[in-house]
Amino acid sequence: MQNEQTPLMQLKDINMHFKKPGLQLGSKNIHVLKDVNLDIYPGEIVAVIGESGCGKTTLGKIITGLFRPTSGEIWFDGKKVSGLFDKKINSYAQIQFIQQDSYAALNPVRTIYQSLYAPIKTMHRKWKKSQIDERIEELMSLIGLQPSEQFLTKYPHQLSGGQRQRILMARAISLDPKLIVADEPVSMIDVSLRLSLLNLMKELNAKLNMSFVYISHDLSTTRYIASSGRVCVMYLGEIVESGNIGDVIQTPRHPYTRALIQAVPIPDPRFKGEGKLPLKSMGVGSLESRTQGCAFEERCLYSCEKCFGSVKYVQTETASVLCNNLEAVPSHPIYKTD
Amino acid sequence: MTENIVTIRNVSIDYPLRKYTLRAVTNLSMDIKRGKITALVGESGSGKTTLSSSLIRCISEPGKVAEGEIVFYDTTDEGEKEIRVNELSEKEIRQFRWAKISMVFQAAQSALNPVMTVRQQLYETMTEHGLTLSKEQMEERCKELLGYVQLDSERVLNSYPHELSGGMKQRVMIAFALLLDPQLVILDEPTTALDVITQSYIFQLLKKINEEKHISMLLMTHDISVVARFADYIGVMYGGRLMEYGTVDEVFEKRRHPYTEGLIGATPSIIGDIGQMKPIEGSPPNLLDMPSGCVFHPRCPYCQEACMQEEPQTYQLQGGATCKCHLRRE
Amino acid sequence: MEKTKNKSAFLTKTLEIFKKIGRGIKIFFTKMYSNKKSAIGFSIILLYVIVAIVGPLLFPYDSTVNTANKYLAPSLEHPFGTDWMGLDVFRQVISGTSSVLQVAFFTAFLSIALGTVLGILSGYVGGWVDRVIMTIVNIFLSVPSFPVYLMMAALFTIETPITMALMISIFSWAGLCRAIRVQVISLKESDFIQICRVMNMSTGHIIFKEIMPNLFSYIAVNFVLILRGSILASVGIMLVGLASYNPTDWGVIIQAARMRGLMNVNNVIIMLYPLVAILIFQIAALMLSQGLDETINPRLKVL
Repeated sequence: MQNEQTPLMQLKDINMHFKKPGLQLGSKNIHVLKDVNLDIYPGEIVAVIGESGCGKTTLGKIITGLFRPTSGEIWFDGKKVSGLFDKKINSYAQIQFIQQDSYAALNPVRTIYQSLYAPIKTMHRKWKKSQIDERIEELMSLIGLQPSEQFLTKYPHQLSGGQRQRILMARAISLDPKLIVADEPVSMIDVSLRLSLLNLMKELNAKLNMSFVYISHDLSTTRYIASSGRVCVMYLGEIVESGNIGDVIQTPRHPYTRALIQAVPIPDPRFKGEGKLPLKSMGVGSLESRTQGCAFEERCLYSCEKCFGSVKYVQTETASVLCNNLEAVPSHPIYKTD
Repeated sequence: MTENIVTIRNVSIDYPLRKYTLRAVTNLSMDIKRGKITALVGESGSGKTTLSSSLIRCISEPGKVAEGEIVFYDTTDEGEKEIRVNELSEKEIRQFRWAKISMVFQAAQSALNPVMTVRQQLYETMTEHGLTLSKEQMEERCKELLGYVQLDSERVLNSYPHELSGGMKQRVMIAFALLLDPQLVILDEPTTALDVITQSYIFQLLKKINEEKHISMLLMTHDISVVARFADYIGVMYGGRLMEYGTVDEVFEKRRHPYTEGLIGATPSIIGDIGQMKPIEGSPPNLLDMPSGCVFHPRCPYCQEACMQEEPQTYQLQGGATCKCHLRRE
Repeated sequence: MEKTKNKSAFLTKTLEIFKKIGRGIKIFFTKMYSNKKSAIGFSIILLYVIVAIVGPLLFPYDSTVNTANKYLAPSLEHPFGTDWMGLDVFRQVISGTSSVLQVAFFTAFLSIALGTVLGILSGYVGGWVDRVIMTIVNIFLSVPSFPVYLMMAALFTIETPITMALMISIFSWAGLCRAIRVQVISLKESDFIQICRVMNMSTGHIIFKEIMPNLFSYIAVNFVLILRGSILASVGIMLVGLASYNPTDWGVIIQAARMRGLMNVNNVIIMLYPLVAILIFQIAALMLSQGLDETINPRLKVL
């Protein structure tokens, strides 16, 4: 149904290289993102899943315009924006960013009020103070921090992690963006508070029709927030599998996704998992040893000689999978649900 | 052999601050079963780290055990001996630590010395604890242990910590913890900073150590899913108190305490109905301003008159399980 | 009618501004006195400043030589006694305070201004600007300062506190500049500055409203430390007799007493007064800087 709309943002063949720090001889650039294609539709929640170092945060920063990709095109709202990047997207402040560490994301020497006031003032130069105050009040009630005076006069270190994370959300929506990138927004929050934050994000998504890109390593929270949305599984800078999140979690097709989902513990002792993960070794792949072929080959149980050539996406019934030997990968669900 | 390796009886731990005293753990009693994996679950500020540090008397300054006693049942070839951790002298506690109870820390990064190779650090730990081994014996012991945690010992021994990946560092930490053949290993959030797949491997390894070497384990975590998969016993902590204790299967099935129920219900999972998950309302208690009565009552959906006034006692239930709730729901 | 309205509006506005300033001063004093160290240090330095301003009015310095009164023991009339020319040492020290403090404060302002501006520029802009500034900083840091002071003092005539301050600050800004640069570089990469860029805030806002307040505690502490260092430097230069534009400067008093010969116990005692004055100021400055760090550094705040 979403495919009938035009995408809000399109990433086409994004590549990103980082220079390795240091001056050693023979050091080469690290290929952090490889041919990433991603469409984000208005009002959608897209989840990006991956282990640390898979390039998901880099992708988030490219979407928000903090990084400029080495190659590739970015289209936003029907306009090509690569090239003159920061200005074109961000002068409308249409893409906002929620960071993982709520403490580092707020200036420690400024009050919450100051942190919320400045961006609104920058965006709406003509607004009077009373107008901005009204807007802040409205935001505070949206994120459920009431009475607002109790929080606005405080400094970041005087609030709890959950409260700070809510403030970050208020700041992100304060400029009415069309797209919000949330990078691990709940990973540093206590378990009992996580769900209410995720609920808040879901609510904002529905109420304000903002698209969300939810970046995380945690499949369980991702499934909760993007319950009907899409998920992209990343491995060493590539999207290895993408599709509807329900389908991907129930019947993952890429060998990496299968291992990942088996490794996720379930809060129910009746599901202890199969024990051994379908992987060759405990070793972790590295970006530096990237070859022509499949990046997952060295850990994959189902690798064959086909995997050394360039890898192509295969369209299955439910997902798009980056694998040359998909016939050999089992296709039964990981957990049988009644 | 006793069934318990450690018994904690009515322990309270205080942090005297400049203006007031902060009670991190209040009147807590608990058993740690020999040869099993016992998990302590709690959010930040629940007192689980403080409690476990008290087992090896490593509570960060200025905290101290104000009341209660902690007994460690030491089994050696000569038989069994009770060790009262609080009564040990400074010298005795140094010998006790690591040799009887060792610990795997959350941040392997900062627990390892960045300017020493893994070999130097392993050697140092052995000599520090008065192990009189020859160089060859030490080398052999290191290789055996690193092999046991599935590391390439040749490579790892000569490495500095920054040359190892997160998962490898954590395995080195486990090898450290096993170095002196302890009877109990405390695992403080051992996989928080690691990826899901690495986490799964680490826990498989820990389970193997538990089964093959019969080392008891005390796992502290905030992640109840990990507990469901790997632990045998579970203690749920909240506001410095032990709310519920029992076998994992029983606690997850019966969910006697409203907090346990809330915690399980608030943990997203990759299976099951999303609609049934719901957050616990309110926020964790402020240790300096604890609610009256049951510490959980402001967030409890079943809260009654009595809960607000009187702190519930810890009810002993069948099979050694306990529950600290007025309602005693079965 | 219209005019009175305007007038009253103007009045309320000025009143508001004064109230704001008053509140600021009140906050400043409560902050200063919330910490024992900064309270003591600040009080002592405040005392020095008051002495420097009011002292010469109460105890004017009289430079008429009267050898009949030479080397008088301390008395009510001459609390510190008199020197070889019959001049009152107490009045000399008091009148010297202002000259010493002037140099110290000028130096501190100059080097803080120079160090902060160049440090922020170097750290925030980066690239070749950074390289040029850092090269200059490194040159100043690697050249030993005191011999150069002496050389310069010999080349140029130092006649006012400002020229003296200029000379001292040439060497005291470099270390601060480097430290500020490092902090700006780390702040620039921090999450909250990145968000500012995503939110399209101006560079001016980022530097003055987001970065500067984070440096404030560091700058305040350094202000006090430079104050301390410049007193040593200025007295040192005076002591070797290279800039005796003011006969009552502490350095000059010490230098003159030394020239009279230290075999005479009276001269040693005369020398002690300015030395003790310097020592107390040093201790006070150190205490204030430590206390300031504890009270206003947001990273050290607990509970």
